[in-house]
Amino acid sequence: MRTAALILALAPLSAFSQTIPSPVPENEVFKREDIGHALAAPTPQAGHTAASAANSPADDGQWVMPSKDYASTRFSSLKEITPENVKNLKPDFSFSLGVNKGQEAAPIVANNTMYVVTAYPNIVYALDLTKPGAPLKWSFAPKPAAASQGIACCDVVNRGGSVDNGKYIFNTLDGQTIAVDINTGKPLWRTQLGDINRGETMTMAPTVAQGRVFVGDSGGEMGVHGWVTALDENTGKLLWRGYNTGPDAQVLIGADFKPHYAGDQGKDLGVTSWPPQAWQIGGGAAWGWLTFDAELNSLYTGVGNPGPWNQTQRPGDNKWTAGIFSRDPASGSARWFYQYSPHDEHDYDGVNEQILLDMPFAGKMQKVLIHIDRNGYLYVIERNTGTVLSADPYGPVNTSRGIDLQTGRPIINEEKQTKLGQTVRNICPTASGAKDWNPSSFSPQTELLYIPHENMCMDWMNAEVSYIAGTPYVGALVHMKPGPGGNRGELTAWDPVQRRPVWAVKENFPIWSGTVVTAGDVVFYGTMDGWFKAVNARSGDLLWRYKVDSGVIGQPISYRGPDGHQYIAVLSGVGGWSGAVVSGPVDPRDGSAALGMVNVMSDLPKYTTAGGTLYVFSLPH
Amino acid sequence: MSSRYLTKFAACSALLLLGGCNRNPQSAAPPTEQGDVHGVIDSALDPGVDHSLVTSDPRVAAYLNNADAVNTGKRLFGQYNCSGCHSNGGGGMGPDLMDDVWTYGGRLEQIHQTLVQGRPNGMPSWGGKVPDEQLWQLSAYVRSMSLPQTLAAQTDNTPSQSPAPVPPEVEQDAGWSPLPATTNDYTSTIKGVD
Repeated sequence: MRTAALILALAPLSAFSQTIPSPVPENEVFKREDIGHALAAPTPQAGHTAASAANSPADDGQWVMPSKDYASTRFSSLKEITPENVKNLKPDFSFSLGVNKGQEAAPIVANNTMYVVTAYPNIVYALDLTKPGAPLKWSFAPKPAAASQGIACCDVVNRGGSVDNGKYIFNTLDGQTIAVDINTGKPLWRTQLGDINRGETMTMAPTVAQGRVFVGDSGGEMGVHGWVTALDENTGKLLWRGYNTGPDAQVLIGADFKPHYAGDQGKDLGVTSWPPQAWQIGGGAAWGWLTFDAELNSLYTGVGNPGPWNQTQRPGDNKWTAGIFSRDPASGSARWFYQYSPHDEHDYDGVNEQILLDMPFAGKMQKVLIHIDRNGYLYVIERNTGTVLSADPYGPVNTSRGIDLQTGRPIINEEKQTKLGQTVRNICPTASGAKDWNPSSFSPQTELLYIPHENMCMDWMNAEVSYIAGTPYVGALVHMKPGPGGNRGELTAWDPVQRRPVWAVKENFPIWSGTVVTAGDVVFYGTMDGWFKAVNARSGDLLWRYKVDSGVIGQPISYRGPDGHQYIAVLSGVGGWSGAVVSGPVDPRDGSAALGMVNVMSDLPKYTTAGGTLYVFSLPH
Repeated sequence: MSSRYLTKFAACSALLLLGGCNRNPQSAAPPTEQGDVHGVIDSALDPGVDHSLVTSDPRVAAYLNNADAVNTGKRLFGQYNCSGCHSNGGGGMGPDLMDDVWTYGGRLEQIHQTLVQGRPNGMPSWGGKVPDEQLWQLSAYVRSMSLPQTLAAQTDNTPSQSPAPVPPEVEQDAGWSPLPATTNDYTSTIKGVD
């Protein structure tokens, strides 16, 4: 043994040193002015942009769902904290979550209690906000199957729960939806929806409305047959399930289905736009945001990427992946569909947030849905019909040359189409998108969106892959890299009416946290290297920052405490796809690790370590 | 039966009198058979002996010093979607395999056992689903990923592309020690920051 050790010690050390790749050159991406399109010129004089009262009722100071309101504004009407005094913000209390994995959830505040769900093993904590230090009222450990950790594509995250009608409702990694009594923490019902042996996990935050719980699956990298499901809020009983690929009967496409674009009209397109049987393992998960529209009584359900990533194995439009359905919340029946990325070649899931606003367009007020897609475009969609009113790039784009507003389809740039056995370089945006799941906010005061996003590109080579149930179904070798300029993240304030950015803050790392904006005109967000920041909503000027124990990828909130004061809360705990190099057992020496993300994040271990802590801040009072 | 087994057997028999050693009393085999069990040791804790027990599966020898084994293992690693979770050794959905940590042991027979049985935190079980010969070849490739020679052969950001054959020396270890010149100090390899 000693001899062996000596021999091995004499072997040379690794010749390879990890470096962050050079940024993609500026001239590799298209200019916003050249590829952004709209059906009509801006008409700001036609009215004020805001969410309707039905979707964004008067703020009661609580924060009962991750999106704040059905409109998904993440706007807090509280204004005790201002650009002038935010520099005095201090931590009020913190609480260890006991789990050092990526913490993506929004803390929920209802009845003077704060509810937090952790990454796997999905422990729920209830903290009593009426007492000093917010002591624990109860905790609930759902004990999800440990094996589910092995089929979660991008860290074992959970994006939060919701409080409604005396229940806290959340999902577990192993595919359960659970409702617990908000006063006792005792489970009222738990419904097993996903099957880990088919690659199904659940990481999304349920949407609760009209006595129904709307949930969807994760597993777009595992060859799942993606779905959205509605449960009875009182019993957990399954009300309906709509698949995102397959025959119309499974997708819940019937007589009510009236898609705007010709390419989405026809029988069983969820079968015929795939090679034989490929739809059965074609992904189309629903792991992001499901948005209930109280005004139009609709449910908007974003659909994830098609599988496998190797597009050469699935010629066709691969419906209904990488798009959005409007569904009847009572029956699940589809009303319209729009496909952001037909035959997606770059993992551009369509699951990012939908923000429901009344907005002036073409000289009149229109009911729109704003969706900021992974494919790099910010879409303004008329939400009665699913008509795209405008689509503009907000990040680096070269996979397409704009969206054709007659057909609704991206104008494909053939140079960035992926190939079998051949690496295509400098594809923008990267697989995780110009922006991933982490939600934007909207202020009716500034009429701006606050978009936390990425500035990253990638090299991609397809490889043949076989489907083996319960294992990844990907078939691509990806290496990510910084976008033009080298800053991997950006916070952009965007004017949806004028279709342009108003200001932007560059960040070294991709921004993987959500944003919250307040009536005090302050925007809060966190960075992956562990700074929780406040910027001026009108200028982007940095007003305050606080170093937390680990990188921030959670969703900050603003609420009124029992004492009447304004509080800001956020989880720290780096991880997720972009942070797996810190939170997971992932090696920075392998650029292809974590689906190619490590190539562009290998320096993160120098800046932060894994953690999991709730922080609550307020002004001295 | 080697003297090591005899040591183990004697210690175990003593412990059995106190109700120890036998992990599953309900399906207990007669104590006298304990010493003959050529099970793969999954833990660095080995009560009753002053050093960790090293067993030796006779099937291992064929995969040592065997370049074909690691190269075939590399191909199978892609074909069976191992790379979907473990990438090219750096991990992702599954753990890093090119570092110096062996949770379930780094001897070939221990790796093989992990592939056959699966592991509770998300490693599927492949026994009976993949030919055993291929599981051994995969084991050899996985063991090769953290060999200093394989690490040294890395020329770009995709490691484990030139896997070195597994030397017999590594099998003299009980499976828990990091090899010299393997490292967990990833950050030391990162350049171009700040």
